[in-house]
Amino acid sequence: MFNRRKNKLMKGTHANLSKGFITGSEKTDWHNNALWFLRAKRDMQRDTIPDWEKLRATAAAIKDHTLSRLPEYLQRFEENAIKNGIQVHWAWDDAELREITASILRENNAKSVVKSKSMLTEECGLNPYLEKEGFDVVDTDLGERIVQLRKEHPSHIVVPAIHLKKEEVSDTFHEKMNTEKGNSDPDYLASAAREALRKDFMRADAAITGVNFGVAESGTVVVCTNEGNADMGVHSKKTVIHCMGMEKLVPGYKELAVFTRLLARSATGQPVTVFTSHYRKPRPETTEHIIIVNNKRTDIFEDPEFRQAMRCIRCGACMNTCPVYRRSGGHSYHHTVPGPIGSVLAPFYGKEKNKDLPFASTLCGSCNNVCPVKIDLAGLLYRWRQKLTDETSPDLSKKIGMDIGSKILKSRTTYSLATRAFRWVPGSVLQSGLNPWNVTAKNGHKERIFPDVPGESFREWYKKNQE
Amino acid sequence: MTVGLFVPCYIDQLYPKVGRDTLEVLEKAGCKVVFLQDPLCCGQPMANSGYESKTRDFEKPFLKVLPEVDYLVTPSASCSYHLSHHLLKPFVAAEELAKVKELTEFLHDIIGPDKIHASFPYRVGLHLSCHGLRGLNLGTPSELKVPYYSKIEKVLAAVDGLDLVVPSKADECCGFGGSFAVFESAVSVKMGCDKMKTMSGAEVSYVAATDMSCLMHLEGVFRAEESTMKVMHIAEILNAGA
Repeated sequence: MFNRRKNKLMKGTHANLSKGFITGSEKTDWHNNALWFLRAKRDMQRDTIPDWEKLRATAAAIKDHTLSRLPEYLQRFEENAIKNGIQVHWAWDDAELREITASILRENNAKSVVKSKSMLTEECGLNPYLEKEGFDVVDTDLGERIVQLRKEHPSHIVVPAIHLKKEEVSDTFHEKMNTEKGNSDPDYLASAAREALRKDFMRADAAITGVNFGVAESGTVVVCTNEGNADMGVHSKKTVIHCMGMEKLVPGYKELAVFTRLLARSATGQPVTVFTSHYRKPRPETTEHIIIVNNKRTDIFEDPEFRQAMRCIRCGACMNTCPVYRRSGGHSYHHTVPGPIGSVLAPFYGKEKNKDLPFASTLCGSCNNVCPVKIDLAGLLYRWRQKLTDETSPDLSKKIGMDIGSKILKSRTTYSLATRAFRWVPGSVLQSGLNPWNVTAKNGHKERIFPDVPGESFREWYKKNQE
Repeated sequence: MTVGLFVPCYIDQLYPKVGRDTLEVLEKAGCKVVFLQDPLCCGQPMANSGYESKTRDFEKPFLKVLPEVDYLVTPSASCSYHLSHHLLKPFVAAEELAKVKELTEFLHDIIGPDKIHASFPYRVGLHLSCHGLRGLNLGTPSELKVPYYSKIEKVLAAVDGLDLVVPSKADECCGFGGSFAVFESAVSVKMGCDKMKTMSGAEVSYVAATDMSCLMHLEGVFRAEESTMKVMHIAEILNAGA
């Protein structure tokens, strides 16, 4: 009974979910290489900027400054946006974002919505809510459209369908959009999606976008896309809603320039996104809204250790470089934002259910070095490990192991006794399945073997030869 | 110069030769070496697993010996990193903390590579262990745009006949990660296999690193996959031949 219950609890952990992803080694390699390609492109772009490291330090300093005066900047942003004729709303949490959005749509008699990419609305569960309330919602970013058609979640915050191969996309499009069966030519599939989305754009009543940056000095929201899909919605609909996390602010245009130089270079290794759209004033006869969302951001903001996580500009560079993310896939993180930054944010949204995520890392620190705003991701994961061990229910086998380990390693007497006993354990036992170090695949193939234990320890040798 | 030698728990038990080679390398470099009997472990295995609280008092034997030595040297970058960045940090002033050195860092910064005499005529692939590279700044990590340097390569350049290769993705993590290796074994082993592929692609006979923990993981994968490559700690190369 106990075991069965434990298995059920373990099922959704990163370790178990990544096992499923790695089973097909060929796909894992493909996923790994696809993301490494982005990292390599990022490195090439880095090399075109002589002061790259200075740019990162500047970006971190701007974010820290902005966060240190966030209430002031939010107020300035709101005042300027209102002056521009935009209606500003404040959502305390995910439920408020959903309700405010739905009420704006109802007030404007909008039944169908085209959406451009927004991880914030993913985080807040906007799509399922609107669908339940009877609205028709179409994601218009190609990758997001693919995962929407498959009823999945994005596995990456910038390239949401990176877990899928073109053949899988072809099958989905065949099933949902009646494209040719087996035709997985990317151009063909992209044209098919484009054609279908054009109709959705024409048909929709309202447009929703995410926000990359909010400029306090002008009340402008800035949205970066490669497909122009945000513009297609905003420029053609009478009702426009921008959903913005409250950490997205920058003081002014001068500061914005630092981030537009960093964002696409860090994300996909492009010098800049194809479209960097500045939305400032509603077009005539149009209502334009900005919803500023908190949803736990004040909790992160108030925590002096973790506040730096609020610098994040959601570029995804930490995912692209992460050797664990690249091999385990984004869905193994079971949180809206996967990868290193996701594992730092996730416990704020549920310590118990996300307690495994800060452990889904080797703390190699590569993420720290690619982060354009210099978040100490590995350091924060280390801090979470300590906090979550104190504040959530323990994994008993791990706790007992750590108890025994620390007792043995604390005193020379226990160490000497325990290590002498260790030397009595036959190699056949140490290299068997009883030792969790040894890994054996389902087909019986050994994957990792414990080392042969030498006849004497260094200490024993030293005692004999040196003292 | 008095050097306190800290031999980490797993090196003591599983790779005593690395301890012996470290001792001899330091002695050959002209140091008076004192083997530190009391410190057994830096506490990292527990701390990285979320049980830093179970390593209270682990700092005491280190704090006792630190004032008595000019340097505290250990053949493990991750233990050295853990000592200087976690375990001892709250108790020791920065300049005293700077006495804690990983072996290659010590040889490079304090002794000078010209004092090393060794010979190892083999093709060796360098694995750049994360904590040494990104934690102790032993070289340029591939992510940063900073002028290239490598303390490890400089020290190893003194070894006669050594054909040192730094393969592609040399600074990608091997997948060890402490208890990660056990609790996330699928990803861990996959990372180890991928490291094995880049190393065998570079046609090396040995894989060397500053950390025996990475090498223990890689050795386990090599053995399971029946690779002919062997792992070798940098101390073993620095004490070979001559």
